[in-house]
Amino acid sequence: MSSAEPPLIEFVDVARSYGEGTAKVYALVGVSLSITKGEFVAIMGPSGSGKSTTMNIIGCLDAPTSGKYYFRGVDVGALSRDQRALLRRHYIGFVFQGFNLLARTSALENVELPLIYRGVPRKERRGLALAALEKVGLAGFESHNPGQLSGGQQQRVAIARAVVTRPSLLVADEPTGNLDTARSHEIMQLMTSLNREEGITILMVTHEPDMAEYASRTITFVDGHVAADQRVAA
Amino acid sequence: MLEETIRLALMAIRRNALRSLLTLLGVVIGVGSVIAMVTIGNGTTAQVQEQISSLGTNLLFLRPGQGMGPRRTSAPDFSLADAEAIRNQIAGLSAVAPTASTSVNVVAGNESWSTTVTGTSNDYFTARDWPLQDGRLFLDSEVRAGRAVCIIGTTIGKELFAGRDPLGEKIRIGAVPCTVIGLLETRGRSNFGDDQDDTVVMPLRTVQRRLAGNTDVDSIMLSAQEGVDTGMIQRDVTLLMRERRNIKAGLDDNFHVGDMAQIVSTMTGTTKMMTGLLAAVAGVSLLVGGIGILNIMLVSVTERTREIGIRLAIGAQEKQVLLQFLVEAVVLSLFGGLIGVLLGLGLSALASLALGTPLVLDITIVLLAFAVSVAIGVVFGYVPARRAAHLDPIDALRHE
Ligand SMILES: Nc1ncnc2c1ncn2[C@@H]1O[C@H](COP(=O)(O)OP(=O)(O)OP(=O)(O)O)[C@@H](O)[C@H]1O
Ligand SMILES: [Mg+2]
Repeated sequence: MSSAEPPLIEFVDVARSYGEGTAKVYALVGVSLSITKGEFVAIMGPSGSGKSTTMNIIGCLDAPTSGKYYFRGVDVGALSRDQRALLRRHYIGFVFQGFNLLARTSALENVELPLIYRGVPRKERRGLALAALEKVGLAGFESHNPGQLSGGQQQRVAIARAVVTRPSLLVADEPTGNLDTARSHEIMQLMTSLNREEGITILMVTHEPDMAEYASRTITFVDGHVAADQRVAA
Repeated sequence: MLEETIRLALMAIRRNALRSLLTLLGVVIGVGSVIAMVTIGNGTTAQVQEQISSLGTNLLFLRPGQGMGPRRTSAPDFSLADAEAIRNQIAGLSAVAPTASTSVNVVAGNESWSTTVTGTSNDYFTARDWPLQDGRLFLDSEVRAGRAVCIIGTTIGKELFAGRDPLGEKIRIGAVPCTVIGLLETRGRSNFGDDQDDTVVMPLRTVQRRLAGNTDVDSIMLSAQEGVDTGMIQRDVTLLMRERRNIKAGLDDNFHVGDMAQIVSTMTGTTKMMTGLLAAVAGVSLLVGGIGILNIMLVSVTERTREIGIRLAIGAQEKQVLLQFLVEAVVLSLFGGLIGVLLGLGLSALASLALGTPLVLDITIVLLAFAVSVAIGVVFGYVPARRAAHLDPIDALRHE
């Protein structure tokens, strides 16, 4: 790879507004930042400061209303809905605060889901999903439905689902928001190892400084713009 | 991908087994009743056809007046001479039977029975293809002289003789004492529901002179030879009768030459129309079944908004979500169609047992019902599927 390789994520003066006219509110205003491959970034800030909005844009679920977002050098704002779906399918994994697993569907089938959309053949899919579940420490829980798993276990299934495709980027919006401290630390250790061993770039929203400690960089949002951007020396 | 989608659809259907079953019900009843109605209707039509053609399809009737029932116009009766003229001038006939009928009371010993007596010739039995089971036909001399002899149907035999051999017995027909010389084979009920065996047949002259008191012939029954076109005979007889009845060019016939084939087609036409009508009603219930699918799929999309959000976030494209819900609707309605076909065939089999009609399976209607249930799945599944595909992933994920 040449040194001219674009950063994985680049925001140029990104704004995101909701509503029209007098009801218009800005969730993000003039945000510029760039994140390179292999970083583990924590995003912090008070409620309503635009963290989730940023994550949705970075995760290609949403697009800026003005400014540019380049993902791997591609201008995401110029892409269609379906093209953004393809970016998500091939490069991005998501972990949500509410786990968001398919109900009444086994852990294994939940983890297999993204592989189905990638067109991975059944046999191979099964193997990859089993390996991912084992990596998150859930070997033996393949046939459990979400309802039969604890919150921590459900979040592990969600992480397994997010990384089973070996994405370049893992986007996690408050992944430990619903978990107790011990469970939260376990999840963070898992994320750290995914970042270090698999080289997956991680972006994580958190309210807890303890959890942000695991990251190599912390970006703080206030009122829709970046208020601080600190790197921790490795 | 399609195989996967079908698998996913089956999973989703299984997860909501009861609701899926209730959704199916509309399509099941719709398809089932369409198939049952059409199959039962076809069976009835086949039965009518069979019964009528058992009368002999080469049979023609010549009757005075036009039309049927209350709208029948009155016109002078025929005469024996008309029948003779037809016999001599029209080619291709195997039987010409002038008939005169009247209602009478028949009495034997203490038994009395009211029935219809028909005066005719031996040709009557040829034309109606109705053999005797016992005894003999009229002798030429009996026909010419108008002797008091009769051939009776089995119902008369039963009513007057309670199973005893009626041959050679004396019965009184109206005021005329008469000898029974023959017993007809049992025919059963006709299509119009009357008992064909409730009949007494005598020589035409006997009925005319001694019962009716005139020389009228109220109808002439004709039978075409095998392979002769009845349409041609109809035309020839019409021309001859117009001439004999002095009907001027431009005026309407005051008689009617009916063809068995015509009666078959009007009768089967009626049952076919009924079949079509019932099938249309059943089709409406199929439509209602489709609306049931529409309803349940809309509910399903709302209920599964979060699932749709997850799929979209994971990288599902619009067309894949659309396909998933469409396939679900089609699989549902196809299941409904399948169960409906089985139900319809079962009902048809039961009905054919109960009504004694033949079971006429029409494979095209089965295929059509299948095709229609698939179409219903596509048509009524499309709107909910499109709604699912167009959801915003962020909103969908946030949906409670
Ligand atoms: N769909 C929407 N319609 C209108 N306003 C919205 C919408 N989504 C977000 N906003 C607004 O944008 C701003 C930023 O929201 P965002 O969800 O990014 O905040 P957040 O930093 O994630 O907050 P929290 O920590 O509470 O999750 C808020 O003022 C919010 O009300
Ligand atoms: Mg948020």
